[in-house]
Amino acid sequence: MRDPEAPFAAPDYDDARPAGRAPRGSGPELPPPIRRIVVDEDVAPTVAPSRPVARGAGAADAADRVPGPERMTLEGLSVAYGDKPAVKDVDLHIRQGEVLALIGPSGCGKTTLLRTLNRLTELTATAVRGGRILLDGVDVDAMEATVLRRRVSMVFQQPNPFPMSIFDNVAYALREQATRRPRASVLAPQVEDALRRAGLWEEVKDDLSRPALRLSGGQQQRLCIARAIAMRPDVLLMDEPCSALDPVSTAVIEDLIVELRRDLAIVIVTHNLQQAHRIGDHVGFMYLGDLVEYGTAEQVFTRPVARRTRDYVRGAFG
Amino acid sequence: MALDAPPRFEGSIGLGPVRGPRRRRDPSHEQTWRLTDRIALALCWAAGLMLVAIAGTIVLYMLYRGLQYVTLDLLTTHPQPGLDQSQTGGFLDPILGTVLLTVIGIALATPIAVATAVWIVEYGRPTWLARAVESGIEIVAGTPDIVIAIFGLALFQQHLFAPLSLTADGGAVFGRSFLTAGAMMGLIAIPMVFGTTREGLQAVPAHVREASFGLGKTRIATIRRVLLPSVRGNISTGMALGMGRIAGDTAVVIVLLGATLQLEPEGSVPGFDVLKGTGSTLTSYVYNNSPAGEGNAPEKAYAAAFVLLLIVIALNFTVDLIARRGSRTGLESTRLGA
Repeated sequence: MRDPEAPFAAPDYDDARPAGRAPRGSGPELPPPIRRIVVDEDVAPTVAPSRPVARGAGAADAADRVPGPERMTLEGLSVAYGDKPAVKDVDLHIRQGEVLALIGPSGCGKTTLLRTLNRLTELTATAVRGGRILLDGVDVDAMEATVLRRRVSMVFQQPNPFPMSIFDNVAYALREQATRRPRASVLAPQVEDALRRAGLWEEVKDDLSRPALRLSGGQQQRLCIARAIAMRPDVLLMDEPCSALDPVSTAVIEDLIVELRRDLAIVIVTHNLQQAHRIGDHVGFMYLGDLVEYGTAEQVFTRPVARRTRDYVRGAFG
Repeated sequence: MALDAPPRFEGSIGLGPVRGPRRRRDPSHEQTWRLTDRIALALCWAAGLMLVAIAGTIVLYMLYRGLQYVTLDLLTTHPQPGLDQSQTGGFLDPILGTVLLTVIGIALATPIAVATAVWIVEYGRPTWLARAVESGIEIVAGTPDIVIAIFGLALFQQHLFAPLSLTADGGAVFGRSFLTAGAMMGLIAIPMVFGTTREGLQAVPAHVREASFGLGKTRIATIRRVLLPSVRGNISTGMALGMGRIAGDTAVVIVLLGATLQLEPEGSVPGFDVLKGTGSTLTSYVYNNSPAGEGNAPEKAYAAAFVLLLIVIALNFTVDLIARRGSRTGLESTRLGA
């Protein structure tokens, strides 16, 4: 403890107080200068260090995998918000059957790139796009946005189920625009299929009419995945899908992603380098809007070519 | 809540301080808070308790008075002109008038208010127009009811609106009917429904909308299937507030509804004749029978006021029930914030 009679002693953290306050003991009515959360040691919560185990996916697995057909092609893609460039001249190939993980520091344009793929950036009034995006050889600008988004579907950072029942959340995605609303019994098999593929069926099958918002965070995110894959899209975009979840839910969803990539092309944006390493077949490193490095997960993490990549994957900045 | 003395520090003797054993402070216990914080907390509690007490007093007082005077007879007989209280009958017509006028008003207000709120929050372009609309609604909200009533009278006395109200032989349009009064009541209720709906929509996070767009849904489908169901609770709150305003309004009733003792159907179309005719509500009945009015039958005024209170409470519960029935959104636990 600091001696209050020695005003020039370096204040330790415990007694730090706003300047100008009288020191302790000079007045009887002084309230405690700093209130902190004091936790009894024996009840202090301990976080079990959960080391996610390698799941036989990603880097280790990528080498002997045969890449599937190319679904999306980005040619000279650039995006700017007003006059501020966010993505600069990116060429990228997205193949079926693989997970493409985009990594990079905050604000490097990876989420913008992702949102451009299903033209969600168009909702931002100031966003301007250049370059071409092809889905199975067809320019996405030539498609109707609603059609494109049913083929290139998206899972967001925050689990965001709609305020309706579990069933309706998935059924909502299945119901097509401007057609007569199909009955629930017609949709039920498809809903079940989507929930099964998202690994949620066993947990919710007893009461599909339960409000989706009553599910746990991890279950909500899996419901969002079920919703996104219900209409059998070609490409699944995932914007940091685990960043709001606990380690256990994260592991479940990572397994799910690895499982899902058989039928889909998956693009995932993540801040979590271990995650990119665990589940990514290919990894793209973005920095200040540039795609600095692209290669197999193993190559990007162990033999990066660019210095920035090397620094980033070793944790020098981020 | 006990306000214990704040923790003090031991005084110092000699050169150094003498400190007692370090007391653990757990901020989850109010006793360890700073005095001003605790006073503020106590004031918040006091404010809440005071409001509950006032509401409880009103209800209990009206209950006490009402139960003294309310009889089944009063509820089921028509009011009659008469000099003595024993001859003036009950207030069946004002009860029907209150319910009818409230339903008309809220039925007109809700779709307009919800549509306006959706347009403001989800579209809102051009910006100047959106701002103008919001200012307009604020002005309506701030306009005294009697001014709206007089304006409504001037408006509905135009020949254009002759089919809505009583027309005299010479062609003069009176402009007084359930329809014209209901229209102005709707105007009074719009700001309430608009305000809560707008707040509800603004509280829906942007990523929920994006999730819907991301599934290939259009903006209008998103509004219809995601956003409006999310704000059902807000809409019902606004409707409850609006109905409270309508049921409690006296100015519009006296100016635009005629405040006639009984329902006076007008014209020959069954059903519509009542809407086109005049009548009164419990508010005007209470006013007329209170010592301030001409009826001077305070017992009946108390009884009618009690019934009015019951009707408002019942309407609130009904709207709440309708809004919540069949919508298991998971948002039910919060009424104001969706």
